[in-house]
Amino acid sequence: MDNNTLVGLAGILASAAPVVFAAIGETITERAGITNLSINGLILLTAMAGFATSVTTGSLLLGFLVGALIGAFVSLIVAFSSIALKQSQVAVGFVLALMCRDLSYFLGNPYMGLSGPRVPSLPIPVLADIPVVGVLFFRQDILVYSSYILIAVAYIFVFKTRPGLMLQGIGEQPATAYVRGANVNRLRYIYTIIGGALVGMAGPMYSLSVKVGWKGTITGLDGIGWIALAITIFGGWNPLRAAFGAYLFVLLQWLGLVLQPSLPNIPSQVLQVAPFPLMILTLLLVNIGNSEWVDRTLAGLPEEVRRFIAKVLRAMRTTPPAALGIPFENE
Amino acid sequence: MNVELVHIHKSFGAVHANNDISISIKSGVIQGILGENGAGKSTLMKVLSGFIQADSGDILLDGKAVHIGTPSDAIKHGIGMLHQDPLDFPPMKIVDNMLIGHDGGLFPNRREVSKSLKELQAQFGFNLDPEAYVDGLTVGERQQLEILRLLWLGAQILILDEPTTGISASQKAKLFETLKKLAEQGMVIIFVSHKLEDVEGLCHKIAVFRQGSLVGEAAPPYNTDNLVEMMFGKVISLDEKTRLENCEPAVEVTNLSIEDNRIQIRNANLTVNCGEVIGLAGMEGSGQRQFLRTLAGLMRPVGGDLRLGGKRLTGKPYHSFQDAGISYVPASRMEEGLIPGLSITEHFILSEGQSGFFIDREKAVTISRERINTFNIKGEPVTRVEALSGGNQQRALLAMLRTPLRLLLLEHPTRGLDIESSIWIWSQLKDRCRQKTCIVFISADLEEVLHYSDRILVFYNGKVSQPLDAAATTVDQLGQLIGGKGF
Repeated sequence: MDNNTLVGLAGILASAAPVVFAAIGETITERAGITNLSINGLILLTAMAGFATSVTTGSLLLGFLVGALIGAFVSLIVAFSSIALKQSQVAVGFVLALMCRDLSYFLGNPYMGLSGPRVPSLPIPVLADIPVVGVLFFRQDILVYSSYILIAVAYIFVFKTRPGLMLQGIGEQPATAYVRGANVNRLRYIYTIIGGALVGMAGPMYSLSVKVGWKGTITGLDGIGWIALAITIFGGWNPLRAAFGAYLFVLLQWLGLVLQPSLPNIPSQVLQVAPFPLMILTLLLVNIGNSEWVDRTLAGLPEEVRRFIAKVLRAMRTTPPAALGIPFENE
Repeated sequence: MNVELVHIHKSFGAVHANNDISISIKSGVIQGILGENGAGKSTLMKVLSGFIQADSGDILLDGKAVHIGTPSDAIKHGIGMLHQDPLDFPPMKIVDNMLIGHDGGLFPNRREVSKSLKELQAQFGFNLDPEAYVDGLTVGERQQLEILRLLWLGAQILILDEPTTGISASQKAKLFETLKKLAEQGMVIIFVSHKLEDVEGLCHKIAVFRQGSLVGEAAPPYNTDNLVEMMFGKVISLDEKTRLENCEPAVEVTNLSIEDNRIQIRNANLTVNCGEVIGLAGMEGSGQRQFLRTLAGLMRPVGGDLRLGGKRLTGKPYHSFQDAGISYVPASRMEEGLIPGLSITEHFILSEGQSGFFIDREKAVTISRERINTFNIKGEPVTRVEALSGGNQQRALLAMLRTPLRLLLLEHPTRGLDIESSIWIWSQLKDRCRQKTCIVFISADLEEVLHYSDRILVFYNGKVSQPLDAAATTVDQLGQLIGGKGF
């Protein structure tokens, strides 16, 4: 593998870090039974706010802190209106998504085009010198390392710990979880806020590392949040699969850029936009096993072929938490 | 542990659901709580298990007053409740189901949990694989899981709410055996049911509830007429079984093969004469539901032929089935049968298919009043369907059926209903038969299948028995077939 490709692939890991954060944050929130649709606007708003904070104070850490706080606060609004006010999560989330986006353009005006600090690269001694693997994984910045850790921690938490099992429980059958001793609504608040804070980190990850600076409407971050929502579904509410989806999406984006010179006949816009429909196509393929007509079509095939396809489809098939989007009230 | 409930009062708005209930149960006793739907038995159990708080009154455990604020408080006091619809997490593994809500460190030890589950179930002859997923279990197995879990958590008092609904005869026998064993070990078993036969067969003591009050207690030997009178305030008996004169074949099913990702049915054959009632028996998930839905046109068979009055319907869309005079009444009344949020009148408007763009409200309300009277629905034309009780929802569903019908398909027509409603509903259905409608129905209640069917088909794991003559079949024979013997 030549060095250019390797650096390119390392770049994918780096650019995917914010998408990983956003998708895992949303995964945790949805596991608890709340859909936070605001994350597209949230990523823009926190990108702007994180950048502005760091430019003003000179502190990168403060930039990320502000991002996480805004993320937590906006998600609290979603949680409050859904849990306490019993309002539609879709409506509230959608309005917040639009509002945060416009707010970021409006409040971000003074910081347009300013040069700001950037998270420094931090090669890990020894590990960075391993051929191929070192370049790929260990010559990154601390954010990328955090994304690796987040994937592992989130996966272990959800599937291997007691509180993680309860998290699955409150999203699946809140009434049962309540009988088992969970304070369902309090847990839903907590996980929505944690998930929101993780999404809120994704913004500054762009503006302080992946795409440094704030350029208003041409920053190119609009749409990332919607993709992160799609990846959450594609990932079957599983942090590992969500991370895989995030890498796939960034890989598609990268291919668009790399292929551009060799495909001069195709307008560059097409290649830029291609990852989005491709993601949707992937989603359709992954969940094709859920539809009844597939079952019916399969029924006509020979037994062995049918069993094999059915097995593959079942492995890919994902079901959302049963209580996703449904408010919980105990009697 | 001894349990005492003292002067419990609980009201919901104007309804006095528990009116000064006092009851005392000694350790080692299986206490039956008998009463029709809405008699207040569930309310009392919810009070005891911490779901709701009594307005006044005390709960004493071994003579000491305790406060039970939540269901998890209750289990800490050793009170576990098995709900009618098992409260578990279907898409998760059995071992994870055990773990959720169990106190302990951050990382649970699954192996240890599996081990204690296996030890525990060996005592009762249950056979659950800790690594299996709950959604693959039958209702009876989910009950077993829940009982094991409550015992594992140290329950001393076990409350069972209508546990014999939806489980097979053999699972019921096993459940009763388990409960007797637990009582011998000194546990208190509270068995809530409206099924006389179950309560009489199992309980050491019976308390009968009617309209929020405890009307009386009984000890064995039980006098059934006496219990019924306490339950309803009057004596009712089942109709004489009437056999109608059948006429020419109306429904012909030949070599029907059905397949979905759960079950395969091969070459089912059935001919139903008009006015005939066919009961489908079998453990839940044995294929009877798929068979019924295929007759309804909701599932497409992979092979075979389906004819109604000589007309071929195979492969036709659901609409053609409806137009041909087939109607399907699903078991899930609120999901597939009725539309929550709409009133009774609005349901009639939808089912009648009024002509014209605008609704003739006055006419609709008149029709609706008329039907409410004929079908004896306890509700007003403006009442929303979700506010009706189960029995009244079922009546409303029957009231919406078109006349005439050639084939009426019913899934668990009387599940969860009290005896009075069940009898009433079957009298309506028999009226339909007199008008030459064929009926095919599924029921988990063997008595119901035997009493109301002319012929019976038994399903076992996708296999279909020859039609049995209901008059010449006994509960035992039916039970054997349902358990897979004799195919």
